Amino acid sequence: MTYLLRLIFRNLFRHPLRSLLTAVGIVVAITAFGLLRTTVDAWYAGVEASSSSRLVTRNKNSLVFPLPLHYLNKIRQLDGVSKVSYAEWFGGIYIDKKNFFPQFAVDGRTYFELYPEFVVPPEELKSFLLDRRGVIVGRKTAAQYGWKIGDLIPLQGTIYPGTWDFVIEGIYRGIDSKTDETQFFFHWEYLNEITKKTNPDNADKIGIFLVGLKHAQDAPLIAQRIDALFANSLAETLTETEKAFQLGFVAMTEAILLVIQAVSFLIILIIMAVMANTMAMAARERRAEYAILKAMGFTARFIVGLILGESLLLSLSAGAAGIVLIFPTARDVGARFGTLFPIFNVSTQTLWMAAGAALLVGVVAGVVPAWRAVRTPVAEGMRGMV
Amino acid sequence: MGIPLSYIIRNLWVRKLTTALTALGMALVVYVFAAVLMLSEGLEKTLVQTGSNDNVVVIRRSAETEIQSAVYRDQATLVASLPEIGNDANGDRLVSKEVVVLVVLPKRGTNKPSNVTIRGLSPAGVNMRPQVHIVQGRMFRPGSAEIVAGNKIARGFTGAGLGEHIRLGQQEWTVVGIFDAGNSGFASELWGDADQMMQIFRRESYSSVVFRLADPGNFAAVKRKLESDQRLTVEAEREPRFYARQSELMSNFLKILGTILSAIFSIGAIIGAMITMYASVANRTAEIGTLRAIGFRRWNILSAFMLESLLLSLVGGVIGLTMASFLQFFTVSTMNWQTFAELAFSFTMTHRVIIEGLLFALLMGFAGGVLPALRAARMNIIDALRAV
Repeated sequence: MTYLLRLIFRNLFRHPLRSLLTAVGIVVAITAFGLLRTTVDAWYAGVEASSSSRLVTRNKNSLVFPLPLHYLNKIRQLDGVSKVSYAEWFGGIYIDKKNFFPQFAVDGRTYFELYPEFVVPPEELKSFLLDRRGVIVGRKTAAQYGWKIGDLIPLQGTIYPGTWDFVIEGIYRGIDSKTDETQFFFHWEYLNEITKKTNPDNADKIGIFLVGLKHAQDAPLIAQRIDALFANSLAETLTETEKAFQLGFVAMTEAILLVIQAVSFLIILIIMAVMANTMAMAARERRAEYAILKAMGFTARFIVGLILGESLLLSLSAGAAGIVLIFPTARDVGARFGTLFPIFNVSTQTLWMAAGAALLVGVVAGVVPAWRAVRTPVAEGMRGMV
Repeated sequence: MGIPLSYIIRNLWVRKLTTALTALGMALVVYVFAAVLMLSEGLEKTLVQTGSNDNVVVIRRSAETEIQSAVYRDQATLVASLPEIGNDANGDRLVSKEVVVLVVLPKRGTNKPSNVTIRGLSPAGVNMRPQVHIVQGRMFRPGSAEIVAGNKIARGFTGAGLGEHIRLGQQEWTVVGIFDAGNSGFASELWGDADQMMQIFRRESYSSVVFRLADPGNFAAVKRKLESDQRLTVEAEREPRFYARQSELMSNFLKILGTILSAIFSIGAIIGAMITMYASVANRTAEIGTLRAIGFRRWNILSAFMLESLLLSLVGGVIGLTMASFLQFFTVSTMNWQTFAELAFSFTMTHRVIIEGLLFALLMGFAGGVLPALRAARMNIIDALRAV
């Protein structure tokens, strides 16, 4: 057995440059694979973080149609509903279109009670509630633009025309690493007050209701009841769990996700071809040696172990280096994406898949040369020696 | 005189497995490179064909998209009364006040919901888009709850097929026709009567006003006139540019994705080529010595190995592009982040993709071959001959 290991090591370092190049190729491929999988995960981050004990009620036609505010009381009176809040997408521009972060006009009093995952210091929440133009912003967005409490932030409205001035009153943190720390919350009353003056038709209308439940298992029943309340009205509703709502968003861009997923497997295929080439070359050069080993009485199993062992040693050690490298590159890329992908974490599943890919590359690359080496008759193998 | 090409080709042919594996690696990289380029070409083609240069779209200032825009009835009337608006053959003014909203429809097959654009427009608005023509059924009648569906939506969504119904604001709308809009973005829309929709959705504002210029060269003046009018808070843009701007984000995303992927993937393929070429040099040390001894120059050796590497990459490039060209049968339908609506576009193979794909392959062949070829060229004749 020690024989086998020593031979494998010696063989690996016979062409140091070739082994090194192959190893570099595997490291790059495994790191890229991990990065692409992490990007896919980042896409689903909103779904991961969403709760199944909250419901989202929107207009049945689509999100661009608003709902009247007076639905609030009707929903609140339903049995099993613990708390109701509401939000409206603002979609403003901070200096330049490139500076994207989600902005919501919310009901300041109820919103943060319904979303305990956004942790706001109590005194900051208090001053936010007192300031009509107050804002609570996520830690990540505040850090990206260097905002401090008391700063005046102007946003250019796209749906609500004009320039809007906001004052940072608080900065929230996520309760765990899954929580989005890029959002920007301000008072819906402020938005409505101005809308009443400039565009009375759109006043007292909101985008979505957020419904907290006493018992999560009641979700389907209560969703049905809410929709029944407003059936055949001017604005019919569609209520679903927060998870389903978020998943709907992801599903709309599914085509792009599929492309990224397909590409992440392609890179494994590419490196498989490179690695298989390396092993095929090594085996061709050593045909005579394998013949001698067989002539000396070493079993076919030994030859297979020799080739597969070398292939696996190379792919797994390079794979391990690649996996280690996933972390710093993911951190760097995540920082570059900034607030576009609020959550950019490497998952354990990604690591297992990367390790599996390295193993697969090693096995596939070694199988054909090993099979050939075993099948070649001793005499034919030695023919090349003279 | 250089080393004959047939010698180089035979060198590749003699080690079939190695050549095939290396070329395959390169082919896959070129495939990915070409696929992303084809997507972004397809998107561009779709956007350029949406809209004609004589048409002007007017939306509320800084609204970015028609969905976010609101042009009130009185403002729309002001815009529609511009004297610079052209007439059609019957003398009717070519101006259309349009309503654009999103409606959620389930995709056929998966039943997953997605946002589809519904455009309400006037008969003049239909006439101003000559790329749109009915292929099945008939056009909607003004003042009725009828809609026509773009061919890409009719195929992809439940409720949008001919004779099917869509429920909008307490009313069943019947799909009475399917229209073909070529490769344009209109193929991903549903069309109906604007005034009927204003009523159903109880809207007081249009999304946009679209008109044809009588004199296409007059755009800058008309734009200035509209945007400086105190009674209006609007901006005007030529139709193709307006739609191109709406997909900037998507098109940038595709470009960045393509560049990053190609850069990372090419490292793998270059390494593959390097390994193959180094082995090729090592296996033929004696041959190189012989060639030098019978009078070939270092330069000849260098170019022979470089040519071998370039040839290898060219084979890979051609295979990759051939595989990629089959992608033309596929259409990608996804949500455009800026408009929140479904947009269908196809992988499109153009001359640019072919040329850039081949150049990219050759570049990889060059990068992978240059070091091994230098090693071959710098070999000492005596030492090389001793390897026999």
